[in-house]
Amino acid sequence: MFFKSKPLILAGLVLGAVVTQTAVPAYAENVLRYTNVGDAPTLDPHALNSLVTLMADVQMYDALVMRNPDMIKVPGLATSWKNIDPNVWEFKLREGVSFHNGNPFNADDVVFSIKRAQAETSQMKGYVNTIKEVKKIDDHTVQLITEKPNPILLDQLVNIFMMDEEWSKEHGVETPQNFSGKQETYAVRHENGTGAFKLESRDPDVKTVLVRNENWWGNNTYKHNIDKVVWTPIANDATRVAALLSGEVDLVTDPPLQDLNRILSNDKLKVEKTSQIRTIFFGFDVKSDELRNSSVKGKNPFKDVRVREAFYSAIDINAIKRAVMRGMSIPAGMIIEPPINGYKAEWDKNRLPYDPEKAKVLLAEAGYPEGFSVQLDCPNNRYQNDEAICQAAVGMLAKVGIDVRLNAQPKTQFFPLITGKGTDFFLLGWGIPTMDSGFIFDYLLHSDGSWNASGYGTPELDAKIEAIRGIVDVDQRNKMIEEIWIQVQKDMPYLPLHHQVIFWAMSKKLDIPIEPNDMPRFYWATMN
Amino acid sequence: MVNFILNRILQSAIVMFVVALISFFLFNFVGDPISNMVGQETTVHDMNALRERLGLNDSVIVQFGRFILDALNGNFGISYRLQRPVDELISERMPATLELVFVSAVIAMVLGVAGGLFTGLKRDHWLSKIILTSSLVGVSLPTFIIGILLIYIFAVKFNWLPSFGRGEVVDLKGGWSTGLLTVSGWKAIILPSITLALYQTTLILRIIRSEMLEVMRTDFIKFARARGLKSRDINYGHALKNTLIPVITVAGLQIGSLIAFSIITETVFQWPGMGSLFIQAVQFADVPVMSAYLVLVAFFFVIINLIVDLLYFVVDPRLRSEIKN
Repeated sequence: MFFKSKPLILAGLVLGAVVTQTAVPAYAENVLRYTNVGDAPTLDPHALNSLVTLMADVQMYDALVMRNPDMIKVPGLATSWKNIDPNVWEFKLREGVSFHNGNPFNADDVVFSIKRAQAETSQMKGYVNTIKEVKKIDDHTVQLITEKPNPILLDQLVNIFMMDEEWSKEHGVETPQNFSGKQETYAVRHENGTGAFKLESRDPDVKTVLVRNENWWGNNTYKHNIDKVVWTPIANDATRVAALLSGEVDLVTDPPLQDLNRILSNDKLKVEKTSQIRTIFFGFDVKSDELRNSSVKGKNPFKDVRVREAFYSAIDINAIKRAVMRGMSIPAGMIIEPPINGYKAEWDKNRLPYDPEKAKVLLAEAGYPEGFSVQLDCPNNRYQNDEAICQAAVGMLAKVGIDVRLNAQPKTQFFPLITGKGTDFFLLGWGIPTMDSGFIFDYLLHSDGSWNASGYGTPELDAKIEAIRGIVDVDQRNKMIEEIWIQVQKDMPYLPLHHQVIFWAMSKKLDIPIEPNDMPRFYWATMN
Repeated sequence: MVNFILNRILQSAIVMFVVALISFFLFNFVGDPISNMVGQETTVHDMNALRERLGLNDSVIVQFGRFILDALNGNFGISYRLQRPVDELISERMPATLELVFVSAVIAMVLGVAGGLFTGLKRDHWLSKIILTSSLVGVSLPTFIIGILLIYIFAVKFNWLPSFGRGEVVDLKGGWSTGLLTVSGWKAIILPSITLALYQTTLILRIIRSEMLEVMRTDFIKFARARGLKSRDINYGHALKNTLIPVITVAGLQIGSLIAFSIITETVFQWPGMGSLFIQAVQFADVPVMSAYLVLVAFFFVIINLIVDLLYFVVDPRLRSEIKN
């Protein structure tokens, strides 16, 4: 029975499929088919501070201040700005701009959007928490008043997208999702920005279609020729690469390292690369009196700078670059990277050389001639080849007598160790959205820094870090930033490994500038 | 009969409750969703405020009680990752998974029964040997390797079939979206359904074959031959019917595991079903989605088992007469 009827059903279905065949759309227009590992969870510009949400939103929403592909600040919805008083910034708004639904953009929307980003449920409030008041002067002028002078206010505003006040009120999304409402808010799957692309359809995790906004104010400045963007995330690495190789997508922004050669051997594809704004490093707990998982009891070996230097000397960064990163990394001597204010190339050049003999001597001097054991906490799904880097380091440290137990786990389990300050020795990566050293000082080098799992920090250094938050004079501020780095380079609370390199694989038909923050902006792209 | 069914439904409620309870204790090990929900700029104070708002500071028992109470009211909470109601997410993804499972089950049944009969009846035929040897591949290679292999052959090398996704879908009434009404939908389902069906095909093939060999040796077949019945009637009418009880048992259980294990196939082919939703929920520590999914899968298993039990009555006349007596 099964034997006879099932093929018939199948045949019927196939037949039905052929009969109801839908028309194949003509692709005369330029369609950019894009894939990456995962979708933006929400389109609400203030509900989630994640790279992929910002990447999705930057296509549809604009900020007052924007960045060009070299990360230089350029006018966005504000055409000009000036600091009329150390605490007061005045912005002239672009005139004649309208939202995707046709509503005009004006000063009320700026006031509304910044207040929304400051809301209790907003995840972007870290960028706007220095703003005390947003004042509308006239329809196209606003003033932002800060409590103290804020030298990086403009850098922070790059990530604050402007929403339409009327639209938000009409759809009940005056504040971001708070999870207690038990239901979806309208802004999760809908948008009304002023940006280069409009949302045509949205099926989270499956397919998002954006279409060109003919009325975008930037169309004259940024002459892209993309009519439509079809974004289909593909979670599996091998499948993502297969989709590119088979010509089903035009752009992959996160191809796996090990597949680059295979992609390059295809004559229809190319790979663009650039140094990313993210440095990978090890951190030591330099504060606790005793390590949690170590053979050394009653004291903390990492408090001794000689031990930290020994670890540093024991790491062969060129071997990691060659064997683990397949040449795709830039060995680092400090934990920030070139475009960040405060970076100095000489510190990268002066990275301590690989010298296991010196490491052994240093360990003996510190009182550990036989070495000791310690646990290394490492994420396994956060950075490029993160677990492999840790495995390589375990082998290198074993050569100088350090017995490292590797605890590699997913980021959901790993990050609580960092923010909860419960790790002795860890791998971490750090990127800087504000392009200024002050950001990493606040989070990783101030004693109270929320991600400072090393516990590093001295009262003098804390005072300096707090001081630069309010110094507007560029030279004076940069001098202080340098002083802080000199101290940090000497103390080595973190062991710099490398700056990550990002690479985008794409069809040769596509031109799109690669950006160090790993966010493709489709309005820079052209297809032929 | 009615008692039997009611009994089973009561059992299913208990199974689902236990699955939910166990999974809630396991969720402690998937990590902290908060770090995925906030950026690195978030202060510890704000992280704690969010944790408090989500009720993650409560004990497991309190969280579990809240989940059960809400679930009884038809409220499965809101996904931490996608910020949408969980029941809505799952019901959107269910058609994709069920269609994939349906097509795979059909493939497995057709190929499994046909192959099993052939190899059982013509055990010395050269083709039987080829079928049996190659079917070993189906059980010995892991699903994701088979999937990747098919992608590289049919999508990358020959460009015949898509490597990912579900093709064009048509929305039907009642919230069901189907890919089985478009050409691209059929093209997209071929590779994943074969990948998913391979293991089950082998299993069914081998069971039918060994049952056939057994049955063909029994007296009633010999008598049937002696009576001069056509060998087609003997093979498909009498012999095949007697092999079906174990096949139904296995096939039923396998449909449950097709649903549960479509996770891997869905991930490899970026098939937008419940399995890939679940995998992403695990990576994000999206507790509301994980708990609802696990309870649902438990429910499927119980229901399928119930259907299997009922099918026994249809196939085996002895059971029917037992009930009467």
